Amino acid sequence: MRRDFTSVAGAVLRRNLIHAFTNPALLIPSAVFPLLFFVAFAGGLSNVANVPGFDFPSGYTAFQFVFVFLQSAAFGGVFTGFAAAADFESGFGRRLLLASPRRRGIIAGYVLAAIARWCFTATIVSVAAAIAGMHVDGSLTQLVALVSLALLVNMTATMWGVGMALRFQTLQAGPAMQIPVFLILFMAPVYVPLDLIGGWVHDAASYNPLTALVESGRGFISGVPDVVGLAYLAGFGLVALGLVWALTGLRRAERGV
Amino acid sequence: MSTNHRGIVVEGLVRTFKGDIHAVAGIDLEVAAGEIYGFLGPNGAGKSTTVHMLTTLLPPTAGRATVAGFDIATQGADVRRHIGAALQEAALDNFLTGREHMDLQAGLSGMGKADRRRRGTELLERVGLIEAAERKVGGYSGGMKRRLDLAMALVHSPTILFLDEPTTGLDPQSRSALWDEVQRLATEDGVTVFLTTQYLEEADVLADRVGIIDRGLIVAEGTPDELKRDIGGDTVEAIPADPHDLERAADVLAQFGERAAHSPKGVAVRLSRGAEQLAEIVRALDDASIALAHLQLHSPSLDDVFLAKTGRSLEGAGEEGEAAAEEPVPA
Amino acid sequence: MTSVLDQVGLVARRSVRRTLRQPALIVPTIVFPLFLLAVNSSGLSAATNIPGFPADSYLDFAITVCFIQGAMFAAITAGTELATDVQSGFLNRLQLTPLRRLAILVGQMAGAATLALIGAVTYLAVGVISGVDVKSGVGGAVVLIVYALFTAVAFSGIGAALGARTGSPEAVQGAFPLMFALFFLSSMSLPRELISVDWFRTVATWNPASYLIEGMRSLVITGWDGTALWRGVAVGVGVLVLSFWAASRALATRMART
Repeated sequence: MRRDFTSVAGAVLRRNLIHAFTNPALLIPSAVFPLLFFVAFAGGLSNVANVPGFDFPSGYTAFQFVFVFLQSAAFGGVFTGFAAAADFESGFGRRLLLASPRRRGIIAGYVLAAIARWCFTATIVSVAAAIAGMHVDGSLTQLVALVSLALLVNMTATMWGVGMALRFQTLQAGPAMQIPVFLILFMAPVYVPLDLIGGWVHDAASYNPLTALVESGRGFISGVPDVVGLAYLAGFGLVALGLVWALTGLRRAERGV
Repeated sequence: MSTNHRGIVVEGLVRTFKGDIHAVAGIDLEVAAGEIYGFLGPNGAGKSTTVHMLTTLLPPTAGRATVAGFDIATQGADVRRHIGAALQEAALDNFLTGREHMDLQAGLSGMGKADRRRRGTELLERVGLIEAAERKVGGYSGGMKRRLDLAMALVHSPTILFLDEPTTGLDPQSRSALWDEVQRLATEDGVTVFLTTQYLEEADVLADRVGIIDRGLIVAEGTPDELKRDIGGDTVEAIPADPHDLERAADVLAQFGERAAHSPKGVAVRLSRGAEQLAEIVRALDDASIALAHLQLHSPSLDDVFLAKTGRSLEGAGEEGEAAAEEPVPA
Repeated sequence: MTSVLDQVGLVARRSVRRTLRQPALIVPTIVFPLFLLAVNSSGLSAATNIPGFPADSYLDFAITVCFIQGAMFAAITAGTELATDVQSGFLNRLQLTPLRRLAILVGQMAGAATLALIGAVTYLAVGVISGVDVKSGVGGAVVLIVYALFTAVAFSGIGAALGARTGSPEAVQGAFPLMFALFFLSSMSLPRELISVDWFRTVATWNPASYLIEGMRSLVITGWDGTALWRGVAVGVGVLVLSFWAASRALATRMART
């Protein structure tokens, strides 16, 4: 039984990786987009660090890097959702459902593919940050913890995207996949810490589960861990929600086969 | 090459693509004005490439052709004024209504507002789309889209109509309706029709003359009856009751004639002496203790013609192309 | 034979109809930029405390970004529609008529311009209701809308060039992040003189998009600033000429007929 699950997941993973890494038109935007955000925010807005009350020990580059790192994980998941939607639109997804003895392996395959693709993007963004002279004050363990937070975001976004793909089975669901993720990302403390945000956005950000992940990530990179428990609680909670969404999507798709 | 010829004349037409692909490897043909010419061949034979060249959408690599008396390479604008085309994709805009499509096409062809409306209504009625005219094309069925495609091709009353696989994917009813309209256009309006198809029946029923194309070359040309007569007499097809007897049945039948096109479960040969050989065949199969599920005598089909000329069945040749495009199923 | 003007009219009518019949195009064009404006003006309200910041409210400073995003949506729309026509074979159909290349190009922009106009009017209305003070007055607001339309048409040329070249709606949409990037690496978020990272400030200074934005922005936060305006218009004209040339060349290849 387990062999079937692994082989299905492996088949989906292999196909997605081949497809992604042999199609520059797919790979490049997912790598370039976060890089551009990083350059724009860390470079263009660096003066924001001089705002009274802004006190981040490792500097604005590191401050922005964390957001962009998590954002790249989120969008990596969404792009994999696009790939899943394309698979279903072309009819390949249906073939997968028919041929796979353990269909949950399909979801696992997409999740693994998203992680693999994100590793590529994350490497590029990290190298760029290093070149930009980013200060890293966190320990190796803390940096690994930052990566683990990003992985939770990536898995959530992938399962969100795949759940949508299974339900709608068309690339036209792309905007519907992308927009909520975008909204959640931008209702987190993007430019300044939470306590420096004004207006209704402050309230929204306070309730946004991603805020804890971002703030905790920033804590890890600066060597001053913050809201770690809340961050992992939020992270695993999001993954659980994503899993339910994807599994219920699978059930819907199965009914149509 | 006479430029008074109002039909289609093609001499040595060639089209090659990058990678030394000879999509059309040198074809000659002539279509008289008012004739329905069927261009029959499997997927990838060069039918659509030929149509694209004759409709001036693709320049030929070599050779010459005139359409309605105008050279396709040097008098493109004149050619386009005299032709209508419904190409392989029913190229329509899902957000516009049928009426809006007709209006756009008529307007671009140079008609004034009043004429556009009148002509649009006339053609929409003719193809049976007047009731759906105000609906967006995104909601049309495949058959309706094809009919609109045809109506748009006829807006400026062309003398020559190019139809590239017009009934692919249509249900039998829609197909039949389209055939009726094509026949009416040729017989009543005198429109010359150049029709490409991979369906034997379509060529057989519609075309005055058929050209069979395979791998960029015309392998046979003539009226459907001429082509069938040329390759010989009737064929007999036998389907053994036990599938394991297929090979032995083939061996028995081989003594009576050459291999012919057959269904997957059967075997067929073309008879040298026709129906009188039937009794001998039955006796021979009986002597070999081969029980039959089915035995049929039929006159040659265009598929038999294709097989005789190319060594392959037309239907099988089409499937080869499709099989190559299949996605591998994960283990 | 129809005149070029009639042909443009026919193609334009189709383009506008298509656009207005797709709420999925119109809604994001309106909602997205306004959402980002709301988030950014709250999230970056503290930026007004930076010494030398040229406006009292970040909302006033940032509203111009909406018009730029509207222009980008218009560009993508123009490109996607042309690419779809190539992919579906509709362009082949048009090629068989006497339709001239110029008519397709200009007519196709009509849909994108319509989208940009709807966006621009909405952004301005929402902005004014939220308290944006347009220093150049009602006249300046009208100029702002015209300027936004002009920018949208200029960028639609880029979209059309991509659409004709690739014949793929997905490829056009894939270029969207790159267009986004062009505007990010500019004085979009902070005035050039307040960008503290040297190389970024250099890039922003060389980036023509900075002048487009600054021209537009000056109408809101400064009043009538002739220098900012003519620089912005000059860049816009440059983009328009280059993009239309590129689109024309790409379309010529696509529409090769004998």
